[in-house]
Amino acid sequence: MHSELSARAKSLPALLPKWLRDDRKVAILVLAPSIIAVAVFIYIFMGWTLYISVSNWDRPALDLSFAGLKNWQRLVNDPRFHIDLRNLVLFAVGYMSQCIVIGFLLAALLNERIRGEVFFRTVFLMPFAVSAVVSGTAWRWLQVPSAGINLLIANLGFENFRPLWYMHPKLGMLAITIMGAWQFSGFVMALYLAGLRAIPDELREAAVIDGAGTVALYRHVFIPMLRPVTFTAVVLTGAGSIGNFEIPSIIGTGPGFATDTLGFYMFEQTFRSSRYGLGAAVATFMLFLSIPVVLPYLISVLREERE
Amino acid sequence: MSLNRLLVGSTKYAVLIAFAAFYLVPFYVMILTGLKPLEDISSFEIWNMPKSLDWGSFREAWNQMDSNFWNSVRITIPGAIVSTFLGSINGYVFAKWGFRGSNVILFLFVFGMFLPGQGILIPLVWVLQFMGLYGKVNGLIMAYCIFGIPITSLLFYRYYASVPDELVDASKIDGCGFFGIYRRIILPLSGPTFAVVGVWQCTRIWNEYLMALVVLGNPARAPVTVAIKNFSSMGVIPWNLQMAAALIASVPTIAVYLLLGKLFMRGLLEGSLSG
Repeated sequence: MHSELSARAKSLPALLPKWLRDDRKVAILVLAPSIIAVAVFIYIFMGWTLYISVSNWDRPALDLSFAGLKNWQRLVNDPRFHIDLRNLVLFAVGYMSQCIVIGFLLAALLNERIRGEVFFRTVFLMPFAVSAVVSGTAWRWLQVPSAGINLLIANLGFENFRPLWYMHPKLGMLAITIMGAWQFSGFVMALYLAGLRAIPDELREAAVIDGAGTVALYRHVFIPMLRPVTFTAVVLTGAGSIGNFEIPSIIGTGPGFATDTLGFYMFEQTFRSSRYGLGAAVATFMLFLSIPVVLPYLISVLREERE
Repeated sequence: MSLNRLLVGSTKYAVLIAFAAFYLVPFYVMILTGLKPLEDISSFEIWNMPKSLDWGSFREAWNQMDSNFWNSVRITIPGAIVSTFLGSINGYVFAKWGFRGSNVILFLFVFGMFLPGQGILIPLVWVLQFMGLYGKVNGLIMAYCIFGIPITSLLFYRYYASVPDELVDASKIDGCGFFGIYRRIILPLSGPTFAVVGVWQCTRIWNEYLMALVVLGNPARAPVTVAIKNFSSMGVIPWNLQMAAALIASVPTIAVYLLLGKLFMRGLLEGSLSG
């Protein structure tokens, strides 16, 4: 009886096209407000931002007359923009490598049937539960060059090693990467740990029987199998690097804009100096940078889910 | 051999403990500094224990930011509830009522979620001003609801896709329509996912900073994240107040994380598309 019903169910769409079409319409109608909201607030807004970047709007009063590439020219000639690009590279390299290396290392260690795993896991991911604003606030205090962590370093006997941290005129950005990695490396750890746990035990056992040591096991089995997780981590940390805004907003842009970011530059130009056109150019530039980072990832995830 | 194993074993724990210290030190220093009165604050004494437990900084910070704290509550709760329900119904449509192009729409939802927020800020301010919602709590709530749609829809979609289609088909035969199936089949199965998405949205909205700063910069109306920023832009930095404020702002999300860690973890894995 039941199997008969479900067999009929499969042929129902063909039998009752009208009835079905009505419910489909209801479904589309229910989704429509969200589609419109996302279309307007994300995609039309982005197009709008692109248009503002070629407009004359550079004072509080709205002025959407076409200006050509004036703002873009101003942007590419602005020394602060050049510093921000350099900062982006510094930040991305430091932040991504710390998140991925630390995240992987901790996940690999936790996967070794460690006593107190729950405790460690909870601690490692805790910073992710707080706002980036909190991270900036706490680390700014810890990285005060005259004291803070440097006191600990001095107590360990390295009195001559006194990094300037975020006050460093050239490498301040690397100090900021620590604040970012403090928050996000636990997230990457969680991704890797879930990935490692998904690898069947038989695979590990087979490799061990084949005489693989721990290093070989990781090199030839685990790391290749975790490639999708690494891809996810690279994309998330990469996108995070481009959008970085909170920390410079809290600790400042440092000497000579050493800790400035595109996101903060955009914010200041737009909402502090009312140079909307220039701010929109920075924002559009950030979008253009993000697309090649995010798009291949989403396409590959989508393809995998279809299979 | 066994000595070797002991060495490897203790190295593992040494590394884990060192990193645990790395993650905990900022919290430790925040607590330590927050428990000292202003006259005892010196960057040279950052590591010293407070002479006596002094809750004055916490009291003072709370007095200055309690309205911001309640603003955050007033923003987070409706924002999380509305965006979670929207996500549920959207996820249901995407998973069980897919139509031509619905995959593309879901893809565009998710794609937009990964792009930097700066790309929409200027039009957002413009539109909120136009609607009379700029600088208002309701404006920020509306923004969070809309920008929450992609992630919540994705999370629910991924869960509902795992609900067997046979269940839905069977209740179609029983005469259930779009809403009947949602109410009788889908909603009763959704409890855990509502919890995961709700926790995720609460945390994200509570911690959000960029949009809050732009839409609700006014110190009286701002949420806690902006209030912390205001503590740090005073002339002489009152470190004790700042640390106390940062801790107070973190209490709700840390409590949620510690109490509901599993839900938090699931949101994290699903939301990063690797669950």
